[in-house]
Amino acid sequence: MKIVHPHSKILRLLLSSLTIILLSATQLTAQEVDSLTVVKGKKIFNANCASCHKIDGKLVGPGLRDISERRTKEWLHAWIKDNVALRESGDADAIAIFNEYNGSPMTPFPQLSDEDIDAILLYTSHSDMLKVTAPGGGTEEVVTEKPSTAWMSYVVIAVLLLLALWVYFKSKNEFLKIVTTIALLLIGAYYMYYGLMSVGVDQNYQPIQPIHFSHKIHAGDNKIDCQYCHSSAKHSKTSGIPSANVCMNCHKNIAEVAETTATAEYDKAFYDGEIQRLYDAVGWDPEELQYIEGYEEKPIKWVRIHNLPDFAYFNHSQHVTAGNIACQTCHGPVETYEVMKQFAPLTMGWCIECHKETEVDIANNPYYEKIHEELAKKYGVEKVTVAQLGGQECGKCHY
Amino acid sequence: MKSIANIVCVFTAVILLASCTDHTQRQVQYMSDTDMYLSVPYDTYSGNARFKDSMTAQHPVKGTIARGQVPYEYPNTEAGYLAAKDSLRSPLWTKQPGDSVYRISKADMDNGKKMYDIYCISCHGATGDGQGELVKREKFLGIPSYETRDITEGSIYHVIMHGRNLMGSHASQLTHRERWQVVHYVEELRNKLKK
Repeated sequence: MKIVHPHSKILRLLLSSLTIILLSATQLTAQEVDSLTVVKGKKIFNANCASCHKIDGKLVGPGLRDISERRTKEWLHAWIKDNVALRESGDADAIAIFNEYNGSPMTPFPQLSDEDIDAILLYTSHSDMLKVTAPGGGTEEVVTEKPSTAWMSYVVIAVLLLLALWVYFKSKNEFLKIVTTIALLLIGAYYMYYGLMSVGVDQNYQPIQPIHFSHKIHAGDNKIDCQYCHSSAKHSKTSGIPSANVCMNCHKNIAEVAETTATAEYDKAFYDGEIQRLYDAVGWDPEELQYIEGYEEKPIKWVRIHNLPDFAYFNHSQHVTAGNIACQTCHGPVETYEVMKQFAPLTMGWCIECHKETEVDIANNPYYEKIHEELAKKYGVEKVTVAQLGGQECGKCHY
Repeated sequence: MKSIANIVCVFTAVILLASCTDHTQRQVQYMSDTDMYLSVPYDTYSGNARFKDSMTAQHPVKGTIARGQVPYEYPNTEAGYLAAKDSLRSPLWTKQPGDSVYRISKADMDNGKKMYDIYCISCHGATGDGQGELVKREKFLGIPSYETRDITEGSIYHVIMHGRNLMGSHASQLTHRERWQVVHYVEELRNKLKK
């Protein structure tokens, strides 16, 4: 005979309601997802996985969106911690994926704890929740366009010309005519002088390049060292225009710019198009992430800006490595240039001026100690300039 | 009167010429097509009708070694990586007279840091923790810390030569000696991180 406990009904009711509350509570957390764990997962993902995996689309390895729906948790843990051991244990899935990616092995991550891996998996399922709804256009720099003053000078010139014509043809005042003639001669001489002095001097020369390469984004915003790309400046006469493989060191991975890179002048589509031009030159397929086989590479024909005549010798390594001169001394604040231009006039007077002023660091150079001492005595100075060291002799640059 | 009108015309022309400068074009050049201006030999990056690809800069002829280059024999494969990791040793270890152990000279180490700060720092960070400027700005992700990676001097050199995963080859930007200097600086950073 069944003994019905008097409280059982109430107890059952209580228990079931408790279960419902608990269940709904767990459902609630499942919906909300611990965003802290997702953030942690993102951090670990970016530090360890992102060099080979993206959330969407394949990189070196497959894309990982919702990977925990495609594989069991246990399998993923085993694979991430030591995929070699998993493959050797004869796991069919593991061997299949290894072969699918041409046998390029994944780095084992024994240092990741179960918690870490769970966080990564959570991130792969909920990466979208961390997307910041970026304000359109990114940094809204107020572009204060300088009002063009060119028209004003044209008006002034026109008025002056009319005045001069009036003086010559209508006025009877001979003195005024003489004064006007002298004034016109002086103005003419001024323009003639500066016109002739600018022959062969290409200061501010800013040609249109085959690819819109922004030094501002690379050297300015991303703080990449000048010599990363211009790597032969430290050893050779030329500073080196980077070959496209140097571009591809980063642009294998960076096929498009961030929203925040776009400016009012150049939008994201424009910059992405310029990166595509690089891919067209080297034959890189950004979808498949590999070089197109048998592609005929097209050299990028950069337009040369700085050009010394052949009768003047200049050596980059002498200035960069031996002299420790910052690139900006001669090339200007390149890290702020959206479009590259020639900063210095590159005239002989400009070279000599710097050689006269620049002092040589003689303190930490035991090899030249004696000659520096003698030079200092000869000129009666404590610091020796480049010119005193011979940097003003004709034969140093012209031979 | 006519001559005065002529003068006025000339001045107008000069002023107009001087006032319009197009910076996408070079200024007027004088004698720039003579051999005082143009070098007689081919310039480094000039075009060259003598070669099929019309470039002066050519790859070394097959089977030759360019001056200053040191050949690298480990192939760009997984097997090559493992072999380099196992057996490739740095030529920079030197033993001073009276010293019992091999060391890397200070000059090599200093230049290693200098080169690292140019060629590696953007991604790998100043301390080698994988938090370079490009990582912080989320341009380039997944840069590991040297601390957690199982690397040897041979494998570091191999990766600088051939690249690995998303890292490209940096062989063209560094000389043989500089690459080894960077390797030793990376090992020093790694040891510091592990402490």
